Amino acid sequence: MATTYEPIATTTLGSAASSITFSSITSAYTDLRIIMNVAGGGSSNFVQIRFNSDATSNYSRTSLIADGSTVTSTRASATNGLLNVAASGSVQPELILADIFSYSNTSVYKTWLSSDNSDANGSGNVGRIVGLWRSTAAIDTILLQGNTGNFAAGTTATLYGILKA
Amino acid sequence: MTGVLGGLIAAFPTPVTSSYESIATVTAAGVETSLNFTSILGTYKSLQIRGFFLSSGGGGGSMRFNSDTGSNYARHYLGGNGSSAFAGGSATQTLMTTADQSGSTYNSVILIDIIDYASTTKNKTMRAWNGYDFNAAGSSTYMYSGLWMSTSAITSIQLGTGLFGGTFDAGSTFALYGVK
Repeated sequence: MATTYEPIATTTLGSAASSITFSSITSAYTDLRIIMNVAGGGSSNFVQIRFNSDATSNYSRTSLIADGSTVTSTRASATNGLLNVAASGSVQPELILADIFSYSNTSVYKTWLSSDNSDANGSGNVGRIVGLWRSTAAIDTILLQGNTGNFAAGTTATLYGILKA
Repeated sequence: MTGVLGGLIAAFPTPVTSSYESIATVTAAGVETSLNFTSILGTYKSLQIRGFFLSSGGGGGSMRFNSDTGSNYARHYLGGNGSSAFAGGSATQTLMTTADQSGSTYNSVILIDIIDYASTTKNKTMRAWNGYDFNAAGSSTYMYSGLWMSTSAITSIQLGTGLFGGTFDAGSTFALYGVK
């Protein structure tokens, strides 16, 4: 059987920064997975995702979030892409896992599933998002960007490739 | 990985030691009533299915094991459609649910994990996470648990849509992975 699920690139911020970029992504895989630990203390812990430098409103998302007392669902059309439903806004880290399906398939729009988990010892949330990028272009660049400010030092992001048989 | 050998700097390839292996992929060549994985070996601890489907009928996703069409399944779910959140469950079903809805233009994507699929002493539990966003109200994401009340090792998986009364459009693709 073919071994798969391989690390492609990883970044750890040595100092606060507004974004993390994975570029020159090969089309050798079927799906991509991003695992991100957003360090606490940043000025922006909402994580926007952009593909191939597309900063237009070609994204949409539908979310589900539980904050410890209620569960709600929201959505936004023709907007920016997001990986997390709610930022912890605290000194605690937030974990994000995102799967991008058929990222190099030039016949389909691109859909991702992302989960975010944060706990601040009294507040926190569990979130799920399905996101859409309305483009058939193969994804070769991924930008992870704070929506209003910087990610804190220590934030990590790793990109994996998963190949089907 | 780099190392120093006799005063020379040498570069070594990083060994790949993944325990996650690709087993098989099924793709609908045309309109298909189901997509199937068969002859699954019991050599892994868990299985994962990743994929997407298109269905002009707009149906959700469903799954059966070992061609069992009896009322040996159950499910629970938590989901949202952008304006409301939903939770529920059903006992004594003839299939498990893996996806809420689909369409003919935008992918309905699914992640499914089946733990201890080869056990012959335990019933089988799976979890599924589905999302379908078409840039409009009514898009949704759902999480499911599914139970198959059988201690048989899983050797085949049947994927369907529209509670199996629907069809997959061409291009719908599912990939099966084994986790050691």
